[in-house]
Amino acid sequence: MKYLHDFGLYFIMLKDIFSKFTKWSALKKLIFKEIDDLIIDSLGIVAFISFFVGGVIAIQTALNIDNPLIPKYLVGFATKQSIVLEFAPTFMSIIMAGKVGSFITSSIGSMRVTEQIDALEVMGINSLNYLVFPKIVALMLYPFVITLSMFLGILGGWVACVYGGFTTSEDFTMGLQYEFNEFHIIYAYIKTFFFAFILATIPSYHGYYMKGGALEVGKAATSSFVWTSVVIIIVNYMITQLMLT
Amino acid sequence: MITVKNLHKGFNGVSILKGISTTFEQGKTNLIIGQSGSGKTVFLKSLLGLHTPEEGTISFHDKVYGDLSKSEKRKLRVKIGMLFQGGALFDSMTVEENVLFPMEMFSQMSDSEKRDRANEVIKRVALINSNHKFPSEISGGMQKRVAIARAIVMNPKYLFCDEPNSGLDPQTSILIDNLILEITQEYNITTVINSHDMNSVMEIGQKIVFLKNGLKEWEGTNQDIFRTENKAVTDFVYSSNLMKKVRTMYLEDN
Repeated sequence: MKYLHDFGLYFIMLKDIFSKFTKWSALKKLIFKEIDDLIIDSLGIVAFISFFVGGVIAIQTALNIDNPLIPKYLVGFATKQSIVLEFAPTFMSIIMAGKVGSFITSSIGSMRVTEQIDALEVMGINSLNYLVFPKIVALMLYPFVITLSMFLGILGGWVACVYGGFTTSEDFTMGLQYEFNEFHIIYAYIKTFFFAFILATIPSYHGYYMKGGALEVGKAATSSFVWTSVVIIIVNYMITQLMLT
Repeated sequence: MITVKNLHKGFNGVSILKGISTTFEQGKTNLIIGQSGSGKTVFLKSLLGLHTPEEGTISFHDKVYGDLSKSEKRKLRVKIGMLFQGGALFDSMTVEENVLFPMEMFSQMSDSEKRDRANEVIKRVALINSNHKFPSEISGGMQKRVAIARAIVMNPKYLFCDEPNSGLDPQTSILIDNLILEITQEYNITTVINSHDMNSVMEIGQKIVFLKNGLKEWEGTNQDIFRTENKAVTDFVYSSNLMKKVRTMYLEDN
């Protein structure tokens, strides 16, 4: 029953986010601030994880191809497919659910505890539009983060393979170009937009509707991470089923 | 003036407010007092429109809040200033930005006019050299003053204060009480204060509403409270020996 209530309340929240807009001059400042907090501040961790995980994917693939009949360029091909189709859009989004999602839940949750949200409401401001809409707009730049993740993941794979002596640069590059399908890129970006929306709204929901004090803010952040990850995995499955089969 | 008629509110089947009727007068400091759990906060939040009453009406100068359209409610809310218990200042904004905030949202004034008005109210609440400090960098008393400045910057017709003295030392409490009283009289606004502080009751209680178990048990002024024989009120207000002595001395003198 509680899940049904939460499900309904989430959609009511979505409706309220897009009603009674805050003054544009104020919203503009908030959007730039959210871009800084949610996008720019995430680039470092995204770059670090993508580069090294890309390298690990390439090494694991190379080590598992011990049949001499399998061409070496398949290492580059497998690395590209893994990173573009799943690692960058999906698993990076789950990592971001921990980084960005927890930040969103705890910042909105703290505002709830300290009555800052009540203060906005008393002033006649639609607090959901004021707090959540700029996050949704800022996270529409999330595909740029994923593009960076794709690029650095593949670069990490190339560095690991070439400097680790697993394949030559030519083989790896040939694998990247082998059976290149633009639709896979479109599929990855469509997923990314859905995940960006989920990353902005589910943590906001957990922060906005939390009750209690500082301890509950921590619990809400944990719960937000769990639910954001679960929904990303389910939506990933649904989109993949719809677009790739 | 705010008129409340037969206000009922409950949560999850538990009745909190059980039919409160009273009037909060313009240009006066109206205090709501009562024990913890008596329904003060729910009452104040209902007055603010944060809780929807189950029954009864709240009228702001004869306009029944529940009958107003969404846009009328929005216009009315701009006329409401609120001082929250913890200040509820926006952590990410400086003192000046906090005070500017309501104007940024609702005012058509130019940037320089907004800044002048913000500085005027900051000066009015006696905050000096704090414009560019963040709430975490100033004391609790100063935070309350910033919250008062933010509440009055739009020239409100109604000012609500939730426990304005909580967490403050006695000297700062008196300063905040006097500031609220002065502002109420200066701007001729209807001020409603939710308080536990007996000093505030005696100092600025121009009208006092005493709640008990979700009902209005008593109402009167800070002079009447010395003479009342209502046991619930006397038990609550004169629970300390000091207050008993104050009462005895007052009655002997008068």
